[in-house]
Amino acid sequence: MSDYNQAYMVTNPLAPCTVVEINPDNCTGCRLCIEVCRTDVLVPNPETLMVPIVLFPDECWFCGDCVAYCPEPDTIKMHVPITEKVGWKDKESGDRYRLGMKNPPPPYTTPPVGWKSVREK
Amino acid sequence: MSIYEAPLNENTPPWPYTVDYDKVNEVTTDVLIVGGGTAGCHAAINARKKGAKVLVIDKANVLTSGCGGSGVDHWHNACTNPASGISPEDQVDEFQNCRKGIATSEYGSRASHYITARESWDALQDVEEWGIDIRDVNDEFVGADFRDEETKLMFAYDYDSRTVVRVQGAYIKKAMHDEMRRLDVQIQNRVMITSLLTAGGKIGGRVIGATGFHIRTGEFYIFKAKSTIVCTGPSTRLWVFSTELVGANSIHDDPNDVGDGNAICYNAGAEFGQMEAGGRTVGGFRYFGYGTGNAHNTWFACTIVDSNGKEVPWVDRDGKEIKNVADRYRLAKGQKMFYHGPPPHPYETQGPTLIHDLAERIESGEFVLPFYADLPGMPELERKAIFGLMVGNEGKTRHGVYEPYTDGGYDPNKHMMQANVLPPEEAGIHKPWWNGQGPPQWRETAFGGGGGLVYDWDCRSTLEGLYTAGNQMLGGGNHSQSASTGRYAGRKAADYALSADQVEVDKSQLSEERERVYAPVKRSAGIGWKEFQAGLCRVMQDYCATYKAEETLKIGLEWLESIKESEGQQVFARNPHELARIMEAFSRLTVGQMIMEASRARKASSRACDFERVDYPEVDPPDWDKYVIIKREEDGVSISDKPCDYWLQEPYASNYAENYDAHNGLDEKTTRVIGEAAE
Repeated sequence: MSDYNQAYMVTNPLAPCTVVEINPDNCTGCRLCIEVCRTDVLVPNPETLMVPIVLFPDECWFCGDCVAYCPEPDTIKMHVPITEKVGWKDKESGDRYRLGMKNPPPPYTTPPVGWKSVREK
Repeated sequence: MSIYEAPLNENTPPWPYTVDYDKVNEVTTDVLIVGGGTAGCHAAINARKKGAKVLVIDKANVLTSGCGGSGVDHWHNACTNPASGISPEDQVDEFQNCRKGIATSEYGSRASHYITARESWDALQDVEEWGIDIRDVNDEFVGADFRDEETKLMFAYDYDSRTVVRVQGAYIKKAMHDEMRRLDVQIQNRVMITSLLTAGGKIGGRVIGATGFHIRTGEFYIFKAKSTIVCTGPSTRLWVFSTELVGANSIHDDPNDVGDGNAICYNAGAEFGQMEAGGRTVGGFRYFGYGTGNAHNTWFACTIVDSNGKEVPWVDRDGKEIKNVADRYRLAKGQKMFYHGPPPHPYETQGPTLIHDLAERIESGEFVLPFYADLPGMPELERKAIFGLMVGNEGKTRHGVYEPYTDGGYDPNKHMMQANVLPPEEAGIHKPWWNGQGPPQWRETAFGGGGGLVYDWDCRSTLEGLYTAGNQMLGGGNHSQSASTGRYAGRKAADYALSADQVEVDKSQLSEERERVYAPVKRSAGIGWKEFQAGLCRVMQDYCATYKAEETLKIGLEWLESIKESEGQQVFARNPHELARIMEAFSRLTVGQMIMEASRARKASSRACDFERVDYPEVDPPDWDKYVIIKREEDGVSISDKPCDYWLQEPYASNYAENYDAHNGLDEKTTRVIGEAAE
């Protein structure tokens, strides 16, 4: 019997989406993201220095503070739910795009005005 | 048996923090600040400068908490900045003239608005001193219409009156937090305040501290203070609660803003005004704030084009077409200032907008859907100001919009953002129609719409020892209002504390509160917090929505009381986090009762309060041009009223400046010297 035939009795997803994704390879377990989260979406992993647990995703405000304060680059990513994904159109070509589409245009790399890491502030 | 209520067993992971519901912590201070958001931080810093011992309590972490906790991009009411075109008196008068009677925006509370107009620029210079860029320090905007060459300040919206400053405040809260640490302000994070302590435990007595519990460990806290400043936010999610609707969770106000401040002050016996005011909620179905194209607020005054690239014209307040982009930011002849909102707005402060009959012209086929915000077509520096500066720094937009959008390929120089359109009757506050509203029974009192604590020229409530600032005040408002009134209230509460005695806490008040707070953790089964919360919302939807009437409000009050004594005694919590959510629902229940009591008391409809009494349909009759005031007493609720300009009536002087000068509490330690600002 294949593994995928093993089903489980679990509750439904707590929220429409995973709100933050933490890359376990980069996470050092410093818990700063847990400390800045205003609604305690994240809680410490009982195993010290391990990736925090997203315990209350249904309470995320999508403020991005966990992203801002994470000291490791490319470790926490906010997941924009499909309902909040926008579209846009290229003024010249008329081509239409959607946030999250397959084969998106290349990233726009100019930082916002006044950009600096939160640690420099 | 549901999974939710399944018995806990050895496979259930234990709570990650050590819990001790029986532990009691006692802390004594001079000035206690409830809520460490923008108002609370400015209050703490100014009280500390006066020499008082200051303790700030926050349900989250002061580093990032509050509506301004994840950034700010523009700063209102800086009337005394060197480039400003208008005086504080002008600004208050202008709003007084065009918003006669009861007003629901931040401008309704004109004493606090005057304080803001006088101190907003000082507060902004404080923030600059703490490390936030409030000017074009890198000369990226040289030559822009909105830049003052001498000061390098950059203005938004109205480039003539120059009172709204564009700021690079994505991490402004950290700057406030670091300054508090530097000044040795004490901070207690993750504690929810559930009651104010009063002298002798009496309703209406002097406020002498507060109680709370730690939302991770469950420990109980007693805070003893000579004065207390409540700086909490408005009550959100009182009519609609859904964790499935992401939009409902992405509204402007911090989700910790549930109305705890309202509840504790009301229970202590402080007077509240205008609690009946509210409006339809902009949450629910909306996109992330500022995350879609539009022509107002942060995106003001972006060119909007239709599906074929045809520009939607802009018009001045008389409906005359504005031919070029630069003039969208200019005052009309003889106008002192404008408000960057869509019509209908009072003529005096109506700014340029898209054509007023856009809906009809869409329906006639002249403009073809969908619409787009044509940032690429805007002058380069305006485009950079809107997307690079404002969306790049506004609350929740740096890491919530700018970063994911640009990572996903959105290029403001090439791409036109979708600008969603709704029929006018469904449109939100920022027409033309980019903000998805829910059904009409979904309402809110947040974002400047609701009532708050009655305050005087000391920013004191009607209770001795209890002060207020920011959104908790009657008619509280935006970031600059929170900062300015925070400064002011901080000074006044410190002055009082430094001359007042510490009063012993009433033991029975403490034991009753502990019993009330911990009841849900002593139950092992029952009703979960979400059902409890959603149930309250249902009562608000059914009995206190758009159409209000005596009988519906009466039933609504009965139902809230019924839920409190029935289901409210069945809610259960399995960890301190759930306990906090339950206690928040109890706060909302109290706020719901306050709103229904005030709604019953106003026996007239009101446009300004967005308040419709089916049984009293006359809109704003002159007799009702006053605040409805509610207050809790030992034996029930008392109702009274106050004139709309009570702050200019006896015992106060009849003009703003005289009152401000007599009461502001500034001394050599808290006065900003002109020209002192960092360059």
